[in-house]
This record gives sequence, structure tokens and C-alpha cells, in this order.
Amino acid sequence: MDALIEARGLERTFDVRRRTGGGRRRAEVVRAVHDLDLSVASGEMVGYIGPNGAGKSTTIKMFTGILVPTDGSLRVAGLEPSRQRRELARRIGVVFGQRSALWWDLPLRDSFELLAKLYRIPEATFRANLSRFTELLDLGEQLDTPVRQLSLGQRMRGDITAALLHEPEILFLDEPTIGLDVVSKGRLREFLRSLNAEHGTTLMLTTHDLQDIEALCDRVVVIDHGTKVYDGSLAALRARGGSHRTLVVDLVDVAPAIEIPGATVQRVEGPRQWLTFPGEASAAPLVAAVAANYEVADLSILEPAIEDVIRELYAR
Amino acid sequence: MAEQIAGRAAPLTDPVRHYLDIAGLWVRAAWVYPASFLMLIVGSMVISGLDFVGLWIMFSTIDTLGGFGLAEIALLYGASGIGIGVADTLIGSVERIGVYVRTGRLDQMLTKPVPLLVQVCADQFTLRRLGRITQASVVFAWAAAYVDWTPSRVAVAVLMAISSTVIFFGLFVGFSCIQFWTTDSAEFANAFTYGGNTITQYPMTIFPRELTVSLTFVLPIAFVNWYPCLYLLGRDDPFGLPGWLQFCSPVAAAVTLGAALLAWRTGVRHYTSTGS
Repeated sequence: MDALIEARGLERTFDVRRRTGGGRRRAEVVRAVHDLDLSVASGEMVGYIGPNGAGKSTTIKMFTGILVPTDGSLRVAGLEPSRQRRELARRIGVVFGQRSALWWDLPLRDSFELLAKLYRIPEATFRANLSRFTELLDLGEQLDTPVRQLSLGQRMRGDITAALLHEPEILFLDEPTIGLDVVSKGRLREFLRSLNAEHGTTLMLTTHDLQDIEALCDRVVVIDHGTKVYDGSLAALRARGGSHRTLVVDLVDVAPAIEIPGATVQRVEGPRQWLTFPGEASAAPLVAAVAANYEVADLSILEPAIEDVIRELYAR
Repeated sequence: MAEQIAGRAAPLTDPVRHYLDIAGLWVRAAWVYPASFLMLIVGSMVISGLDFVGLWIMFSTIDTLGGFGLAEIALLYGASGIGIGVADTLIGSVERIGVYVRTGRLDQMLTKPVPLLVQVCADQFTLRRLGRITQASVVFAWAAAYVDWTPSRVAVAVLMAISSTVIFFGLFVGFSCIQFWTTDSAEFANAFTYGGNTITQYPMTIFPRELTVSLTFVLPIAFVNWYPCLYLLGRDDPFGLPGWLQFCSPVAAAVTLGAALLAWRTGVRHYTSTGS
């Protein structure tokens, strides 16, 4: 299957005027996205991450046709976003976490019905989708509430419903879980996973919450200073960056540092010891060796925190 | 499933129907509170009514203003009031694009399969100006009794109603486009739209000839009511400008509309290529 999103050498610069003192201004060219190659296949769930100002939103805006690329080629669902924006709109859903697409003063239901008209969704399809999403997202009781009276979590679920009523092939989510509580986040992730599994909807999401990525995305694209610094699976990212895992051993009694080949003790705190070992090595022989030579009360393995891995990527 | 929807509805979009869909939603929303809806309309009728009462009082001390009597001025006043009232009702929201840019609402609109101008104009549609239109129509109807109607005058009057709406539409859209560059310039646009409306409530003869000439050839506000009303009243041009200008309102409207749509396209392109 052809790629659903295909970017080649995508470039986006902004002219920024800076004051240079004495009332004079100097024009400066800021490169928000530089030479970005990205290919997303149908049905993928891609996490797009990077620090603030890395170019995440600029990329999403180019993919959705809001911004015209300065250079490079871009195809989304076979269309050129900036030239075929309205046609593309029917094939994609867009959710900006911090900006609602709903009509603030109107009940949720009115927003949905208007969208059904704007997208020309057949009545039966609309009814079916609306009842499906309101049930899955637990919005049934909020349908007649004006949007401004909804909680942040309810509003976000409303926004996601709004973006999905026309059954888009691709759903772009910009910070979908920002400001949500743990329960709401969990429910939302659950929903997005099932959407992808059951309908094959391609998902591309930007987020600051790496748990979103861990819960949803098989593939991670990391961008920094407008350039792609990583593109691959989450597991590979972990192996690449962290390189070491940690075995935490609780001994029955206080003992000197454990001596086992293939592991080094990092820390000793009473009966608890932290042993690091190479990320690609199996933990099983190590655990067996420790258990054979010491009296062990408890064992646990710490994976390298994804945050640490990514922080290392940014630092490069 | 997604293929079906996308495939079926893609090429044919009907801007007018989309406009009515969006506007209808806002009217229904306003009807949730019928009392406040009606009071809004009555209120605006009273306020704009007082506007004309002011003119009337002025005429209790003078007989003519710039060589025009009260009925003649009422004709000018009513014609321009209808034009700006209808235009303001249809596309009043376009003034707010600066706000839409700042709040990101414009980005939302750009991801919808409906022309941006349709969405912007219909958003927050309100019938608040209905009072203004009614009042202007009443004044116009009263003044029309003093016009010696002929078939060609009826035709000019009908064309005037359409052209004046289109001219104000063009001015609203055109000057609002400046907000794509500087998002805080709504007041600047108002100077030309509402300011233009104020000028058209009086006969041009009270202004210098230079102003009339520029409001003919630069900013075609004189075509809103001045030239067609001269024809309705059977008057020669007080400034000695050619008589055929009295039939040129539709041309001025077409030119204004064309320029406004061009400005709009340029503005949107500027926005989508700066994201500011």
C-alpha cells in the first residue's frame, strides 16, 4: 500500500522581524522545519514528539493544509494539502488539544449536526457514528449541554467526536491529552487504540506526555530544531538511548556489593542493591545467578525511562 | 467507509447552502431566548429611528441641506441604510477575522471542507440588524412617495438596492483583509464601512467636490445611493459630473466585489504562508 503521508525534503521558514534597538528592525529567517522526510503508511500510529518550538505544530499545519510549505514535496492521502485543502478536509480529522473546533455557545449536538451538513455526511451514517462515538466516549448525557459548560475532558471527547463523524482516514491530534486527568487520559487512549484497531484509522499525534506514546504508538518520530533526529520503534529508541537496564535486588540481609559477571553495582542502600546490565542482554541468567549465590527477598527490573532517552537525543 | 463519504461528496460544494446551514444554526440558537432576541431587534430599530429623528429636527430650523429637502435626504438615507443593513447582516462577522486569527479559529476553519469566506461570514450570524433594515425601509418608503416613478426609475431603484449591498459587502470584506497582516486593524476597516455609511446619509453637495470625486473613482461609496438617487429625483449632477454615472452603480458594485475577493484571496494566501 502506498504511503498515506509522504513528505520529501519538507522545508518551512518564517520571516521574523526583530527589533535591533534604535527603532530599527531586522528581518530574520527562522527555519521551523528543515529537510523533513517522513512516510506514514495506512493504519500506522505515529507519535510525533519534540521540545517546544521544535516544529511539531508547523509540521501538522503543513500536513493539514493550513500552512504552505516553503520547499519540498508533500502528499497527504494522495493530495497536495495547501492546494487541495478543502478536498483533503473530507479525508482527514484534526484535533487541536488547546483549541476547540466546537461552537462555544451551542449545545454539543448542534455542533455535530452542523458538521454533518458541512461535510455532507449522509443522515444514516451520521446517526450511526454519533451514537457509536457518544457511547464509546461516554458523551450521551452531555449532548444538550452548551460547550462552554463542559469539563475539559468532556470537551476533548466532543472535539474528537467532531473530528471523526465524517470517518476520516487520518486523524491528526495535536496535544490531545493536555490538561486531562489520569482517568480521562486512560479512556481517551483506549478509544484511540480501538479506533485504529477496528477501523484502521491512521493516527498521528504530537504530545508532551510520553505515556501517550507508550500507550498508543508503535512508531516514534522525534524532531528537534526542525530536523528529524529519530524515526523508529519505541523499543529501538529505548535500546538505543538508554542502553542499560537496572536490576534492583532486595537481599534478606545486608551484604557487600554483589559480584556477578555481566552486571555492575551502581548503588547499595542497606539490603537493597542496584545492578546495571546492557539493555540488549537478557535479564534471566542474571537473575538466576543472583538467586543462586545470594538469599534474595525480592527482585525488580527497571527499564530506562523514555524521558531520559529522549532527553539524550535532544542533547546531541 | 471513509472512501465512500469522501468519494461521493468531494467535487460539488454549494457555498450558499453551507452559508444557510451555518447561519440557520445561529438563528436557532438565538431563538432559545426569544424575548431577548426580539428586544435586540426592537432596540436596534429604536436607536436607528432616533438617528433619523435627528435629521428631522434639523429640518425644523432649515428648509434644505446642500440644496436637498427632507424627503430627498430621506431617500438617500433609506437607500444607504438598507444597503449597509443587509450587507452587515450577511457578512458582519468578517470584521472579526483578526480575532479568529488570534484565537486559532481560522485554523479550525481551514480544516473544514467549506470555503473560508463562507464560514467566516456566516459565523455568529445575527438578525440584530433587522431593526436597522426595517427602519431604513420605512424611511425609504415614505420618501418614495415624493418620487415621480417611471419604469426606468423602478429599475434603477432595484439595481441600487442590490448594488449598495454588494458595495458595502465589498468594503467590509476588502478592508477586513488588512487584519490578515495586522490583526488589530478592525477599527481601521470600520472607518471606511461605517464611516462611508455616515457620509451617504447626507447629500454629497455638503462636502467638497474633491471628496465626491474620490468617492466616485477611488472608493465607490457615491454609487451606493448618491448617483442612483439623483436619477430617481430627476436631478442633474450638482458637480457637473456626467449623467451616465447615475446608471453605473452595478458596474461599481462588480468592480468593488472583484477587488474585495482578490484582496481576500491574497490575504488568505498570506496567512497560510506565514501562519502569523
